[in-house]
Amino acid sequence: MRVNQSIDDLVQIQPAPPPGDASRNPVEQLLGLQVDRRTAVAMAGTALAAGAGLLNAAFNPFGTAESKEKAKLEWAEFFQGNFRLMSSDEKQDTVRRLERLYEMESGKSIRVSADGPRERVLYGYAFNVSRCEGYMDCVRACVQENNQDRSSNMAYIRIHEHEKGEINFEHASDDFYHQVPAAGHFYIGTQCYHCQNPPCTKVCPTQATWMEPDGIVVVDYNWCIGCRYCMAACPYDARRFNWSDPSVPEEELNPNQHYLGNRMRKKGVVEKCTFCIQRSRNGKSPACVEACPTGARIFGNLLDPDSEIRWVLANKKVFRLKEDLGTEPKLWYFMD
Amino acid sequence: MATQPLITDPVTASPASWGAPLAALREFVVDAVDEATHGSRAYHLWMATLTLIMCCGAYAYSTQLSTGLAVTGMHDHVSWGLYISNFTFLVGVAAAAVVLVLPTYVLHDVAFKKAVLIGEAMAVAAVVMAIGFVVVDVGGPARLWHVTPMIGVFNWPQSLLAWDIVVLNVYLIINVTVPFYILFSHYRNREPDPRFYVPAMLMSILWAVSLHLVTAFLFAGLAARPHWNNALMGPRFLATAFTAGPALMILVLQVISKQTAYKIRTETIAKMALVVTVAAQITVVMTISEMFKEFYFPTHHSMSSQYLFFGLDGHHALRPWIWTAIGIIVLATAILSIHKLRRNPWTLNVACVLLFIGILIEKGLGTVVPGFIPENWGKIHEYVPTSTELVVSAGIWAGGAFLFTILAKVGVAVELGQIRVSPANSGPGDRA
Repeated sequence: MRVNQSIDDLVQIQPAPPPGDASRNPVEQLLGLQVDRRTAVAMAGTALAAGAGLLNAAFNPFGTAESKEKAKLEWAEFFQGNFRLMSSDEKQDTVRRLERLYEMESGKSIRVSADGPRERVLYGYAFNVSRCEGYMDCVRACVQENNQDRSSNMAYIRIHEHEKGEINFEHASDDFYHQVPAAGHFYIGTQCYHCQNPPCTKVCPTQATWMEPDGIVVVDYNWCIGCRYCMAACPYDARRFNWSDPSVPEEELNPNQHYLGNRMRKKGVVEKCTFCIQRSRNGKSPACVEACPTGARIFGNLLDPDSEIRWVLANKKVFRLKEDLGTEPKLWYFMD
Repeated sequence: MATQPLITDPVTASPASWGAPLAALREFVVDAVDEATHGSRAYHLWMATLTLIMCCGAYAYSTQLSTGLAVTGMHDHVSWGLYISNFTFLVGVAAAAVVLVLPTYVLHDVAFKKAVLIGEAMAVAAVVMAIGFVVVDVGGPARLWHVTPMIGVFNWPQSLLAWDIVVLNVYLIINVTVPFYILFSHYRNREPDPRFYVPAMLMSILWAVSLHLVTAFLFAGLAARPHWNNALMGPRFLATAFTAGPALMILVLQVISKQTAYKIRTETIAKMALVVTVAAQITVVMTISEMFKEFYFPTHHSMSSQYLFFGLDGHHALRPWIWTAIGIIVLATAILSIHKLRRNPWTLNVACVLLFIGILIEKGLGTVVPGFIPENWGKIHEYVPTSTELVVSAGIWAGGAFLFTILAKVGVAVELGQIRVSPANSGPGDRA
């Protein structure tokens, strides 16, 4: 019997097994297990959760079955481990728990995926500076797709309006409110470059952020302690912090979510662009690529010699920003 | 008496001999609590004031907990502010205990012997405050168990923050256990065993230096922030630490000398003043060296300094602060460099107050905040701390002062022989 299955029993993700069922007695399972330290902590946490739930059930005459279940799930969520180190079963438990919690809170159902990286895939991105005309459709699509906090106007993408004649971001404007494209100007978008040598993941004290095998730099929002060291380490302003509880209007919520992507965040954690991991791991392009009306954005598999991104790298004169820092961004710029 | 075997030797003590020390420990705790809760009218007023400030801080922190860090002046562009500034400064104050420990235990300079316990108490209070400032700065304090080694996932040795957690806690443990051991031995009328405390003290010297170096590396390691990404960061941190820390200690030692029968020799103060003077002179040289590099031929990497010292594009929130800091640091260094003024208690104290305030501004608003301005793509988003941030910070400072007062008061009472173990619990080998 696997450890995570016994945890599953203890947490009693619906439906709860009959309590008198001796063949599935969790205590027996626990006693017979060889566990490592982390699992032991997780199990202790789960046991606490179960204990709290029992106490609640025994002494709180007003607690409904649902409120008890919610309390248990929240306890289990608090003590869950680092997502990267979970077994696939534990990952499934974790996302089912999130789905159930959201359903209990809002009455709506969402789908949270824990899909892993695809085989032989390394994502890359190219931005055509000649094509971008500053329409900002990418920004809007990104905010909607990724359930970003509306109250703070959070956005992963920044579009910088440069005056023709130089590429100097200090002189560019990223908060222009006029008709685009403006005469004598050109546009460059910045976002997370999913560096192959990311300084942000190196500094994280808890390994709450890391690069996935398919090259996407992700954050485990449940494991992040919110120290913001990664934000100080990022040279590209790619990371955003939830300074207060993020909010998305119910009707605008994107229910197709990924644990490492656009699922709802809590206050006090860092988030960032994930190349729309909930889309890209389903074979789709990120929302910004799809939304761009001028086709300035190109996304694909760097390991596939026939991909469009490989064609751009082979045939265009590409460059990257702040290359001197050695971060090896996987987002290239080019001009027609 | 020198031939007397040492009863407290932890290696040779048999389990049967633990009864008396445990009873003495119980008595010590009772006596210590008694000592900490009784005192003059001024003492009670001081502690009550600190408690009031701590309560205000706790209330402000509760609003921050429920609303989020949005109640602070920080934002996505300046993501560290007053809290991390204070943290950085206090790590330096903590490291400064080495200025007393080194001469006492390595150079066997008796002049420092009485002051060293006070220095260690200050190190404990400073480390506790530093940890407090990190705790109030993180977005998820409840999730801090994730950084506990063995239980969470500890990104060591990659993350300098992980290094900092190690050095801070080990330094705290050394500075709690060794003085406690020495005080408790004295409480039981015994001589502490130098075979135990001298190696620990030597380790604390090494640890004090690495404590502040690691904190400097935490910033210096970030290539994304040119303002921090320089090799002078570590040495400069040490120089400012050995300026501000001992400066504070000179002031505190004088207060203790005045308020209690525990007299610190003027020779101790004079020697510490010399340390402060040299460290302040080095600080000034390093500041000049840094400013030369930034302004002789300014590049994109000089933008933060440009903003800090002269303002950029009409933004200059930090300009008055940094010039005030530099002005008073230079003035105080000049005062201390003149022997006559350094030996005059009045001018010495003025210089120490100036240096403490000057370095507090320089290490915080002058080092941490401008690292984020301008942001990665050259835009200027300024930072102004909110009242919530100020009150939370004041609360932590009050907590540190509260803790230090208790530690120092009990320590002084033991050293003066005012509280000692009762004969019943003194055990065999009583030397009284």
